[in-house]
Amino acid sequence: MTRARSALAASALLAFAAPAVAQDHSMHNMPGMTMPAPAAKNKPAAKPAAKPKDGARTAEPKAAPAKAAPAKDAPASMEGMDHGAMQGMDHSAMPGMDHSAMPGMTTPAQGQQGAQPMPGMQMPADEHSGHDMPGMSMEGVAQTGTALPPGNAPAPPIPTDHAADRVFGPQEMMDARHHLAQHGGQTFYQVLLNVAEYQIHSGRDGYRWDGEAWYGGDINRLWLKSEGEGEFRRGLDSAEVQALYSHAIDPYFNLQGGVRQDFGRGPKRTYATVGIEGLAPGFFEVEGALFLSNKGDVLGRVEGYYDQRITQRLILQPRAEFNLSAQDVPETDTGSGLVDVEVGLRLRYDVAREFAPYVGVSYLRKTGDTARFARAAGEDVHATSFVIGVRTWF
Amino acid sequence: MSRTLDRRQLLRGAAVAGGGLAFSAYIPAWAQPVSGGIVKPLPTLSGTDIALTINSFTLPVDGKPTPAIGVNGTVPAPLLRLKEGQKVRLAVSNALDVESSIHWHGLLVPFPMDGVPGISFPGIKAKSSFLYEFPIIQSGTYWYHSHSGAQEQEGLYGPIVIDPAGPDPVAYDREHVIVLADHSPLRGETIFRKLKQEAGYFNYQRQTLAGLLAGRDQTLKERLEWGKMRMDPTDLSDVTGSTYTYIINGFGPIDNWTALFTPGERVRLRFINAAAQTNFNVRIPGLPMTVVQADGQNVQPVTTDEFQIAVAETYDVIVTPEDRAYTLVGEAIDRSGLARATLAPRAGMSAPVPPLRPRPITTMKDMGMGDMGGMDMKNPTATRGADPTAEQNRSAGLAQATGWTGAAAAMTAPASGGSGMAAMPDMAAQGGAASPGMAMGSGMAGMDHSQMPGMDHSQVAGMSGHGSGDMGGMDMSMRNPKNAPGVKMGPGVQTISPMPTDRTGERPQGLETVDHRVLTYRDLMALTPNPDVRAPSRSLDIHLTGNMERYMWSFDGVKLSDPADPIPFRNGERVRVNLINDTMMPHPIHLHGHFFELVTGHGDHAPRKHTVNVAPGGKVTFDVTADAPGDWAFHCHNLFHMTAGMMRVVTVRPLEGEAA
Repeated sequence: MTRARSALAASALLAFAAPAVAQDHSMHNMPGMTMPAPAAKNKPAAKPAAKPKDGARTAEPKAAPAKAAPAKDAPASMEGMDHGAMQGMDHSAMPGMDHSAMPGMTTPAQGQQGAQPMPGMQMPADEHSGHDMPGMSMEGVAQTGTALPPGNAPAPPIPTDHAADRVFGPQEMMDARHHLAQHGGQTFYQVLLNVAEYQIHSGRDGYRWDGEAWYGGDINRLWLKSEGEGEFRRGLDSAEVQALYSHAIDPYFNLQGGVRQDFGRGPKRTYATVGIEGLAPGFFEVEGALFLSNKGDVLGRVEGYYDQRITQRLILQPRAEFNLSAQDVPETDTGSGLVDVEVGLRLRYDVAREFAPYVGVSYLRKTGDTARFARAAGEDVHATSFVIGVRTWF
Repeated sequence: MSRTLDRRQLLRGAAVAGGGLAFSAYIPAWAQPVSGGIVKPLPTLSGTDIALTINSFTLPVDGKPTPAIGVNGTVPAPLLRLKEGQKVRLAVSNALDVESSIHWHGLLVPFPMDGVPGISFPGIKAKSSFLYEFPIIQSGTYWYHSHSGAQEQEGLYGPIVIDPAGPDPVAYDREHVIVLADHSPLRGETIFRKLKQEAGYFNYQRQTLAGLLAGRDQTLKERLEWGKMRMDPTDLSDVTGSTYTYIINGFGPIDNWTALFTPGERVRLRFINAAAQTNFNVRIPGLPMTVVQADGQNVQPVTTDEFQIAVAETYDVIVTPEDRAYTLVGEAIDRSGLARATLAPRAGMSAPVPPLRPRPITTMKDMGMGDMGGMDMKNPTATRGADPTAEQNRSAGLAQATGWTGAAAAMTAPASGGSGMAAMPDMAAQGGAASPGMAMGSGMAGMDHSQMPGMDHSQVAGMSGHGSGDMGGMDMSMRNPKNAPGVKMGPGVQTISPMPTDRTGERPQGLETVDHRVLTYRDLMALTPNPDVRAPSRSLDIHLTGNMERYMWSFDGVKLSDPADPIPFRNGERVRVNLINDTMMPHPIHLHGHFFELVTGHGDHAPRKHTVNVAPGGKVTFDVTADAPGDWAFHCHNLFHMTAGMMRVVTVRPLEGEAA
């Protein structure tokens, strides 16, 4: 018992005497760092600039009482250790001092013995060794438990058996292992109408929608997209539905490919489509797509929106959509280049996340050759609408 | 029957009652803003044969009926009061229409009794039963819960208290079990689906234009920077008080569950965080708490005014209340609501409830950017205030309803901090638990520990004095695979912490600047030497990875469903495990079937835990002795993180009877 006490006291002392370099570096909290003892011994004077003077002053008198007897029991490698290193000791991070005499706890003696010789401070030996960083190798200092550095033994092979098979039978456990696929493998869905609105413009009022639905897991999903508009009593003007396979390619973006079918007054074209959809830096929801029609025409579209929260529930959504064409498509009154631009500003209120009525304004402008075609046909090239609608999803 | 959990009485009860006895499930619905309090002890079961029936019913919380799943008709499930050295047979019947299971959280049991469907056993099919049978070889505060679907979210959890075979090193006159949880009117799977559909669905405390104009939270420049990184600094809990009512022993903050005591008694409070998603900041204004146990393992007593309890952790504290009522606050870390109970000498008494403090926001350090000398790590909310439109749940109104008159009433003056402090010797610095004004021991004269909350200063100093060279070559980008070679990069990995730091000496998230003592992990030291003090034979890095936008969560970029290989251990080997948090959320990581020793600088007195919370952008190192052959679950205990894939099977081989 005496011996144990001495050893503990010695380690307490040693911890005090541990090289300043080591103690100091322990604050870096970098497990895995390797610091051979010689380096520590050779640089006892390498005091850190930030070390508190107070700590150094306090260290010496405290170490003294514990010194006499136990020092003999100290490991041999302690010899030659420069006690001057204590100068640089930083006590600032010593946690958990003196828990021994608090109320409500009967403290067993053994954990505290090393601390007894220190007046005014009861500190189990390991508290000091605790300054050493996990994974730091320091020869010559008595350490134990979590203060010890890890070895580099290889990991065992990954077993192919299942322990519970032996108890409950392989068949029953195999059936039960579908649970593991539940943790991350579930499928979900969402149907979102970002725009579903009544449009008030000069002339005939109209309606418009823009929405999407998806079903699937985290990486692979089936997407449906649809957008369209029309005027009351005149019917559907233009509309489309896309069916896409969507594959997550990075944390924010999905690559999507599939088909698009047009409806409405114009030709009912079918397109092969490939696009990308996701969240751009700045929290902009963006998508871009290319469409190759069954007549060989190539179209493109870029659109995006941003949710600017004014309050937690009042949200302003600027939105823009650009349509492009690689060639003139006379059947749809489409000119090559930028076909049209639509910008909108919608102010919604999230009554619930799934139900947000909004009001806003939408401006459509046909451009380039498309505008020329429109003028020639006696149609407006731009239109401003006040809109009222609901953003909704489930 | 006594209205409190008198220990002797309970033990006596245990001797005669046997098992299978369920108390009435009736829970009165209190709707008054200031309830007189509900003094209702937890139903308790003891003995060697205990019958538990899993069923679903309606649970009134703060007067509102909610769907719930519980045991024997109660939420929480009955308290299991056991004794170290006994054997127990738990016959669990599943009266649900779906499969269920019960896992004994923190209990060292043979793997087939651990209760994880697909890993340790097949699960308990609908309308069938399973007999758990195992010896009780430990003591302390633990709990049990379902490991199936989201049943834990809906109430299938209960406390376990195991009395030691010998004398308890913790002296106390009375005890109360405090089961904290988060309860929602939504079904668990609905909550999970909403998160998958819109990850910010439950967050009504985000940054807004109104907040920017009011000069709150981040500056415009910071907002633009964070926006560029597509990171939301207000996402602290995923699921919030917008749907949750935070409950204690099944009662809402307005119900006001009340625990009685006799003034001057040493009262042991056994806190269990049985929440699905919520870490709580626990405090009792005016009453210091001396922590004596963590995760069922005795620790050297350390007195504090507040501690953060992560999901699935337990803490036992001793308080010595005077002849007055106290409010026990369990504040959700995102401050969207609070759980509240009352400690009172007599029924009907209550104390003012403190207001919810403004929610913190995450900082660059939470992104694993380390301690950077030149960068301001201050939490902007702490200096500029929180968004004026941030919404908190109904519990926020309690401060006014109960006549809270300001912080002065709650200030825990260290000099006269109640009798709990009286016996403390002169030297009482506690590392992270900064105690301004505390007298220092003579031997420590001149050392100013009190000004050093956690390890902050020393880390910064060390970094500036030494690290600049290293940092010069370090890639500080937020998603560099070189900073985490073991991680499979993919859509599920949004960020990689460029410089994760050991944050176990720091105050927990959001408590950096509160003006009283706060417990840190580094304050915890085992009461007795660790059973295995060998050096680890190897070490192992496990990265906690995720994507908040897609609501994907994984270890090392791989979800359990991918599928993921098990993490193999040799029976008897000791391994150092480094948990590195590459996300901006805290993750309470739980290993089944084992205790591990936290590597926090306490040598052979390392605190032993079954669950450890890894701070955002931080890392936690533990040593574990793999001494339980079998297959074990290892996962984040945030229910929806686990469900999203943040889980692994840990194998310990050889199994019994197999050749090594």
